[in-house]
Amino acid sequence: MSGSGTPAGAPARAGEAGVEGYEIVVGLEVHCELATATKLFCGCTNAFGAVSNTHVCPVCLGLPGSLPVLNRRAVELAIRIGRALHCEVRPSTFHRKNYFYPDMPKDYQISQYDEPINVDGYLELPGGLRVGIERAHIEEDTGKTTHVGGGGRIHDADYSLVDYNRAGVPLVEIVSRPDVRGAEQARAYVSELRAVLVASGASDGRMEEGSLRVDANVSVRPLGSDVLGTRCEVKNLNSLRSLGRAIEHEAARQVALVESGGRVVQETRHWNEAEGRTSSMRSKEEANDYRYFSEPDLVPLVPDADLVERATAGMPLMPAARRKRVAALVGDALGGEAGASDQVATVVDLGLDDLVVAAVGLGADPSLALRRAANEAAQRPEEARRLDATAFADLLGLEVTGKLSSTQAKTVLAELLEHGGEPEEIARRLGYEALSSDELAGVVDDVIAAHPAEWERFLGGESKVAQLLTGQVMKATKGRANGRTVAEALDARRG
Amino acid sequence: MSEQLSSEAVAHIARLARLEITAEESATYAGQLSAILEHVEAVRRLDTAGVPPTSHALELRNVLRADEPRPCLERDEVLSGAPRAEDGRFLVPRILGEEP
Repeated sequence: MSGSGTPAGAPARAGEAGVEGYEIVVGLEVHCELATATKLFCGCTNAFGAVSNTHVCPVCLGLPGSLPVLNRRAVELAIRIGRALHCEVRPSTFHRKNYFYPDMPKDYQISQYDEPINVDGYLELPGGLRVGIERAHIEEDTGKTTHVGGGGRIHDADYSLVDYNRAGVPLVEIVSRPDVRGAEQARAYVSELRAVLVASGASDGRMEEGSLRVDANVSVRPLGSDVLGTRCEVKNLNSLRSLGRAIEHEAARQVALVESGGRVVQETRHWNEAEGRTSSMRSKEEANDYRYFSEPDLVPLVPDADLVERATAGMPLMPAARRKRVAALVGDALGGEAGASDQVATVVDLGLDDLVVAAVGLGADPSLALRRAANEAAQRPEEARRLDATAFADLLGLEVTGKLSSTQAKTVLAELLEHGGEPEEIARRLGYEALSSDELAGVVDDVIAAHPAEWERFLGGESKVAQLLTGQVMKATKGRANGRTVAEALDARRG
Repeated sequence: MSEQLSSEAVAHIARLARLEITAEESATYAGQLSAILEHVEAVRRLDTAGVPPTSHALELRNVLRADEPRPCLERDEVLSGAPRAEDGRFLVPRILGEEP
């Protein structure tokens, strides 16, 4: 599978502040809350923002005698994630991860340990970079603690308050390989992963509500080295902005440490957004000794053909596949154009690719369809997603055949997005009657008569002047003329 | 064969389980736990060639429930079991350890 060989890394970015001569290596752990109706092991409602401790029961409170029963939908969504990330979906088991912290009333978290349900996949980013996925396993979320008194931080608080509504909410933790290089790629990875999770129906993707939570394993190494440096795990990254800033600062801290003759200690560090720096969270060496053991109350989870088929029924195309679909359309017709890949990413990102594909299917020019969708329709994505493909194709047809100038076509498209209707009818209503050739000829003659010096230069072969003359014709016709037709008319008069 | 468990190992395990034990108790438990481990070692002497590996005592697979909400507990009832509560939440002493 992917990821087993060389890292998919692009060349390191030089010039990131304070890390010249070094490569920043990042692995990402993303916790994704699954969009189920209920928790992972009990029938309590899975909802954000409810009144504290009202979505709890004996199972998620860990009361004696209660037993967990696995949520079928959570399993299906985990399988969808595995498939969307090109993982091997395999037989799996559950373990108890033991630790003493009041966010889990049981004093352990049920997770998948040495036999996760999804392994060995990859995520393809818009630029084509493939980031290896080591595993994507199922586990339960923890409760929410609020530290009260002191500075509101954990160590100086007077006491803490715990809300267990989130305890037991189903999560999939997606662990990447250390294939990401630097802050910009890390943001691109999380952004693409979010799109995949939303497309697969597994998540609502709301980072601000904690539906997606990101930890970054950051290390540095001298450029050219293929040995991984000692990594630090950075937590508390609540936005793409935090993620990028935290990686840059942590990498700069590590480089400064190494340059001054010190060495990086493997540890967990907390990102402080306000202060713009990371600080050490743990000191005890045995902090990671979770004494995992097999969960006796849960039997193995074996995704047989039946379960996988049911889980993946109706899976839509993932963003990478959708980008390829649009790119193929444009590429086949034109052999690719500069800037096309950004336009492809934009239309897929905004969900306008179906519109482009459908319009091209109706005979529209692929390159023009992509351009109008990525540039103009993209200004009003909601309306554009509802736009009738036939109307869009008709409009593009009017532009290609020269019945509308590009300026006129854009205006008609804006009208179409706002009020709907027929492009030809809208064009008529706006007075965009195609200029008759007689009318155009008259205007061209007038412009030539009014600009004798420029006309002489044009005749002398100064091609730049053509633009000026064309502009004058456009002005005189209030944009109704087609630029190409005007150029032809000027050439014809050259004799 | 299992090795003799050291007093240090017992003290470490006790610390992870948040159990407070004395040095004498560590020594005592080291002996007793070693005897138990030795006893369990007998399983390793069995010939398990041809016995498929299992991770569970039951032969069951894929025990799943429908994703349908069920009634939760009343909050007053939930918090009645807590030594202290505040603002509808469980109140716990200052956390000296570290977040997992």
